[in-house]
Amino acid sequence: MPMIEIKNVGKWYGDFNVLADCTTQVEKGEVIVVCGPSGSGKSTLIKCVNGLEPFQKGEILVNGTSVGAPGTNLSRLRSHVGMVFQHFELFPHMSITENLTIGQVKVLGRGKEEARDKGLKLLDRVGLKAHAHKFPGQLSGGQQQRVAIARALAMDPICMLFDEPTSALDPEMINEVLDVMVQLAKEGMTMMCVTHEMGFARKVANRVIFMDHGRIVEDADKDEFFGTPRSDRAQQFLAKILNH
Amino acid sequence: MADWDWQVFCKDTIEGEVIPRCFGGGGDITYLDWMLSAWGWTLSVSLLSLAVAIVFGSLMGILRTTPNRGLVFLGNAWTELFRNIPLLVQIVLWYHVVPAFIPALRGVPSFLLVVAALGLFTSARISEQVRAGIQSLPRGQRMAGLAMGFTLPQTYRFILLPMAFRIIIPPLTSESMNIVKNSSVAFAVSIAELTLFAMQAQEETARGIEIYLAVTGLYFISAFAINRIMHFIEGRVSVPGLIAAGGK
Ligand SMILES: Nc1ncnc2c1ncn2[C@@H]1O[C@H](COP(=O)(O)OP(=O)(O)OP(=O)(O)O)[C@@H](O)[C@H]1O
Ligand SMILES: [Mg+2]
Repeated sequence: MPMIEIKNVGKWYGDFNVLADCTTQVEKGEVIVVCGPSGSGKSTLIKCVNGLEPFQKGEILVNGTSVGAPGTNLSRLRSHVGMVFQHFELFPHMSITENLTIGQVKVLGRGKEEARDKGLKLLDRVGLKAHAHKFPGQLSGGQQQRVAIARALAMDPICMLFDEPTSALDPEMINEVLDVMVQLAKEGMTMMCVTHEMGFARKVANRVIFMDHGRIVEDADKDEFFGTPRSDRAQQFLAKILNH
Repeated sequence: MADWDWQVFCKDTIEGEVIPRCFGGGGDITYLDWMLSAWGWTLSVSLLSLAVAIVFGSLMGILRTTPNRGLVFLGNAWTELFRNIPLLVQIVLWYHVVPAFIPALRGVPSFLLVVAALGLFTSARISEQVRAGIQSLPRGQRMAGLAMGFTLPQTYRFILLPMAFRIIIPPLTSESMNIVKNSSVAFAVSIAELTLFAMQAQEETARGIEIYLAVTGLYFISAFAINRIMHFIEGRVSVPGLIAAGGK
C-alpha cells in the first residue's frame, strides 16, 4: 500500500479549475519533488493531502485512510502527517521549547517531561539546542525553519509534506535547511516536497512531478526527468530555474 | 475663584449642615458619602458591563472568523444589531420594552438591565476588534495549528487567540475606558451613579462647579486606572522578539 495515493483529484474555485485530474502516489520511504510555475497548483495539491484544502473530485488516501471521506477524523490523520510551510509558521508567543511540545502534549497526550525530552532531542538534531529558551522572533529564518521541521518530527509523523520550505530564505540560509531535509530523506522518511531546489531533487528525490495549470504534466523518475523531460513546458521551466 | 466652597461635600444631605469630619454617621449621610457611593455604582456598572462585553464580544468575534457560514452570520447579525442602535436608546429598550415581551425580566433590578444594555452594546465593538485581531494573523498560523492535529477550537485556544488578544490590547484599552464613561447614561434609568449624583446634588446645593469638578476627577481616575492596568497587562504578556505585538 502506498503512503500517499492521489487519484483523479479535481478542485475548483468557482469556475477556476485549480487541480485537474491529478493522479500520483508516494510509496513508503520515497521522496517526491513537486515543481512547476507559480500558480500551477503545487501548494493546493499538497494541502489537499492533509485535508487543509477540500477537493471536489477524486480521492486521496494517506496510509489507507481516505482524506475526503465524511467519517474521517482529520485531526487525527493530520497529527501524523508532518507539514512544513514556506513562512515557517512557528507560534510566535511560545518559546521554542513550547513550540516543540504543545502538539505532543495537547494532541498526542504525552506527558510534559517526555514531550520536552523528545523536543530537545530533535532540536539538538537540527543543531539548535542552545536556542531552546528563545522565542521564534529571536531566530533567523533558517533557524526558524529548522525548528519548524523539528516541531513536525516531534509528532512522529509517518510522512512529511514540505511547501517551498526554502523559498522565503536568504540564500546563505537555504543550505542549512536543505541539509536537514537531505538527512531526513536518507533516514527513510517519506517526503512530498514542493521545491525548486533542483540540487536537492538530484541528491535525494526518487521522482519529480512537474505541474502546470493544475495538471500533473510530468511524473518521472529523477534520472529520466533530468535526462529527457518529455514536455516542452517542463524543459522550458527547467532551463529557466537551472540557469539561475 | 474665591467663592469656591468645597465644604459642600461635608454637608448633611437632609439638613444641609456641615458635619465636622465630613462623613456622616448614625443614619445621616453627607454629600461626600453620597458621591463615594455613586462612584461605587459607576464602577460596579462599568466592571460588570465590561465582563459581559468581553465574554460576548470575544465569542461573537470568534464566530465571525470560523469557516461555518451559519456561525459567521450569527456573529455578524449580533454585531450589527448592537452597534447600530444608540446606547441611550438601548438602555431604555432594556428598561421599558424588553420586559414587556419577556415577563421574566419584569422583576429584574434596573442595575442588571443597565449592565446588560451597556455590556451588549460594547460587545458589538469588542466583537469587531476580536475579528480584526484574528484576521490580522497570517493565514498560515491557522493552517499550522490544524496541520499539527489540533481541532479548530484548540487552534483558536492555543494559537490564534493568544496572539489576537495581544494585538488588540490597545483598542481594548480604549473600549474599557469608554465603558466607564458610557456608564453615565445609566442615570436615565435612575441608577444612583456619578452623573445622577452630580445632577441631583447640584440642584440641591447650587454648588454645580465644585460637584462637577469632583465627579470629573473621579471619572478621570477610574478611566486612567483602567488604562494603567491594561498597560501593565500589555507589558506582562509581551512576546520577546516581537517589536510590537502583531509584527509578522
Ligand atoms: N482561495 C482561492 N480562491 C481563488 N483562487 C485561488 C485561491 N487560492 C489559490 N487560488 C489560485 O489557485 C492557483 C493555484 O494556487 P497555488 O497556491 O496552489 O499555486 P502554487 O503552484 O503553489 O504557486 P506558487 O509557486 O506561487 O506558490 C493560483 O492561480 C491561485 O491564484
Ligand atoms: Mg505555493
